[in-house]
Amino acid sequence: MIVEQNCLDRILPTVQKPGRYVGGEYNSVVKEWDAVSVRVCLAYPDVYDLGMSNLGLAILYHTLNMLPDVLVERTYLPAVDMIAAMRASGIPLYSLESRHALSDFDIIGFSLPYELVYTNVLEMLDLGGVPLRSAERSASHPLVIAGGHATFNPEPMADFIDLFVIGDGEEVIVELVRAYQEVRREPRDVQLLALAGIPGIYVPRFYDPRYHTDGTIAAIERLSAKVPLPVRKRVVSTLPPPPTRLLVPNVDVAHNRATVEIQRGCTRGCRFCQAGMVVRPVRERPVEEVLDAIEEILRHTGFEEIGLLSLSSSDYSDIERLVEAIGERFGTSHLSISLPALRADSFSVALAEAVAKGRHTGFTFAPEAATERLRAVINKPIETDQMLRVAQEVFERGWRSIKLYFMIGLPGEQLSDVRAIADLTLAVYRIGRKVHGRHAQVNVSVNTFVPKPHTPFQWVGLEPAALIREKQAVLQHGMRGRGIKLDYSDNEATLLEAALSRGDRRLGSVIERAWKLGARFDAWDELRQISAWTRAFAETNLSPDFYAYRQRSVDEIFPWEVISTGVSRTFLLAEYQRSLHGETLSDCRELRCHHCGILVSYGALWSATWRCPQLVREVCKHENASLVL
Amino acid sequence: MRMRLLFSKDGPLTYVSHLDLVRVWERTLRRAEAPLAYSGGFNPRPRLQLAAALPVGHTGEAELLDIWLEKPVEVERFGRMLVPVLPLGLAVRQIYQVSLQAPALQTQVIAAEYRVTVGWGRAVEQIEDRIRCILAAKELPQMRRGRSYDLRPLIERLWLVEYDARSVVLGMQLAAREGATARPEAVVEALDLDAGGEVVIRYHRRRLILRGHVDGC
Repeated sequence: MIVEQNCLDRILPTVQKPGRYVGGEYNSVVKEWDAVSVRVCLAYPDVYDLGMSNLGLAILYHTLNMLPDVLVERTYLPAVDMIAAMRASGIPLYSLESRHALSDFDIIGFSLPYELVYTNVLEMLDLGGVPLRSAERSASHPLVIAGGHATFNPEPMADFIDLFVIGDGEEVIVELVRAYQEVRREPRDVQLLALAGIPGIYVPRFYDPRYHTDGTIAAIERLSAKVPLPVRKRVVSTLPPPPTRLLVPNVDVAHNRATVEIQRGCTRGCRFCQAGMVVRPVRERPVEEVLDAIEEILRHTGFEEIGLLSLSSSDYSDIERLVEAIGERFGTSHLSISLPALRADSFSVALAEAVAKGRHTGFTFAPEAATERLRAVINKPIETDQMLRVAQEVFERGWRSIKLYFMIGLPGEQLSDVRAIADLTLAVYRIGRKVHGRHAQVNVSVNTFVPKPHTPFQWVGLEPAALIREKQAVLQHGMRGRGIKLDYSDNEATLLEAALSRGDRRLGSVIERAWKLGARFDAWDELRQISAWTRAFAETNLSPDFYAYRQRSVDEIFPWEVISTGVSRTFLLAEYQRSLHGETLSDCRELRCHHCGILVSYGALWSATWRCPQLVREVCKHENASLVL
Repeated sequence: MRMRLLFSKDGPLTYVSHLDLVRVWERTLRRAEAPLAYSGGFNPRPRLQLAAALPVGHTGEAELLDIWLEKPVEVERFGRMLVPVLPLGLAVRQIYQVSLQAPALQTQVIAAEYRVTVGWGRAVEQIEDRIRCILAAKELPQMRRGRSYDLRPLIERLWLVEYDARSVVLGMQLAAREGATARPEAVVEALDLDAGGEVVIRYHRRRLILRGHVDGC
């Protein structure tokens, strides 16, 4: 079914920002529906304004559009007013390119960047006329797939998604589409069993988790010998060339700029950071390739700003040369560069200065913890004195505003660590005051730490809400006055995120029930309906506390261990134990390999763009198996 | 040098706001590799001027944009640079050079002509009656953002263009001077056509009338 322009013209004038619902962006590709064999719709389970800047979707859009016999279109979650208008007029969720209903596509690919979008997925399937549960769909329905960071624990969404694509998507998405063409006429079970044979693909229906009476997992069993256990994430050996015909939005969106990924992965080893653990190994894009990509992007899009994306810009080996070369090559192009995720050192301040070209909008640091002791626990060691020196430098170079990111509720945190957040903030502010007087500004964002799967802190419990509230009160009390702005996370959202992050398959019923009771837009503080969740948990006899607050024993089997990231459980556990003693672990780029497991699992894919230590690589190449070092 | 573009805006850009349209033009011109002149300061923007904002949901076929260039380009060449990189919903109808000293476009617009299509299944005479009523009225008091004003003197012309069994097309020429601008929505409201509720109305700006140029440009 195609949604006609006339139907849309009737409702678009009645909704906010209607330009989000009509497509037509420069570089969007509209292929002829009947001229291709496979039709894919990429679906982002939040509003257009957020989904348009998602680089993962841009990469897949580009990758699939390169295939002549495949078309790929996009859809986003409409805002509340548009959902209501569509439902009232009987308009199904449609793709922006050809305006086909979601149910017309062969494959629907959801991006799941974080957990609080799960009910949005159900909303989109329902609005698109697609049965919610995998078990309710046959081969006559679209194949519903998902990828993205949250899928490293796929279990909470296992009831709704036919298959998950784990890890780097560029290669596996093509293999998936090709394999689908072979089996498209088969029953769904047969299709899925065939697709489960592709490395990196997890098909929940072929796995059966068994539970102990206390609710923890006794074993995860395979229901077919043809499927792997665990499912190993996919890794691309070298980063494929970046997409340069990026979509240019007609309406304003978040991060309204082009993006070039300069590096994937991070070797810092911060123990709270899921991305740092699951996106290994580090692969860098060569400087020349980045420069050429920028040039192409400028020509194809006209963007006036480019973000150089990575988990840690300062760690890109050639970052100085890159910034210098960008200045030389594009200095007259009125191009601004954004360089996120900088470290708190002089080197990074100089880099930021080089790209700012006098535009000192704001400088961001993420010390995460305010005492050296606690920073050792989370393995983000940096001396407080150094941070203050860097703050001084930042203010002196002309920035008037500094943003600081902290977390509370970290393992081993004491009230004194929380008071130190206020002290450190005040110290930074006082430095700013000296340099800029009343114009100095410090914005502090304090998020509650949520333990994530596949990290050294996967065993620890979320801190009880009463303690968190007490800590938030300490912060509020300690940081009053002009020039300092504090914000912290919503405690209900934190609990929900924590429960879903480390949830198991039984949460599917909770998610569905919560959605039926009206939950959606759970990441939006003003739209979240926590009472729907409370009721859904109660009705399904499950407790969010079990998933969120419980301290796990070291031998507990986790639901997400059906997935392997290549980083071994042994390494994560050793890291957890080191954290208990306040021991840090160096960046493996700097000294030596710490045997996280990546080289054992993926050493065969090694390429010169990896930043794993050389020594180990040699061993790996020759023995290609276990490491003894 | 300064170029003036006569362009149309429709399709997916119908639902784009005035500010968003400015950015769409900036990026289009950057793709065209036009030698744009930029404003000064730490946040330089290309020097562009649109004659009159076109509200979200309206289409236009003779919108005007002034572009400042830092070095001269032949008009014809400029067109060849621009056409291949236009987004869906923008079409350039005419390009010409204007004097750098020419006054700002916004100050030159005095009126705008619209075509308004209204879903209408009843007798067309009813519409004609209402148009006559409006034109005969001495004043038409209206409220806009809490302020009352008289719509009548802002309606320069109002007529029935054409009709079929399902819709009518109205022509309107409305004042569009600074501080004295009428919106076609206000005229539709005054005509009291929307009483039925679910009426589709399409607003289309046919031309902008500039000071001293009776026929638009």
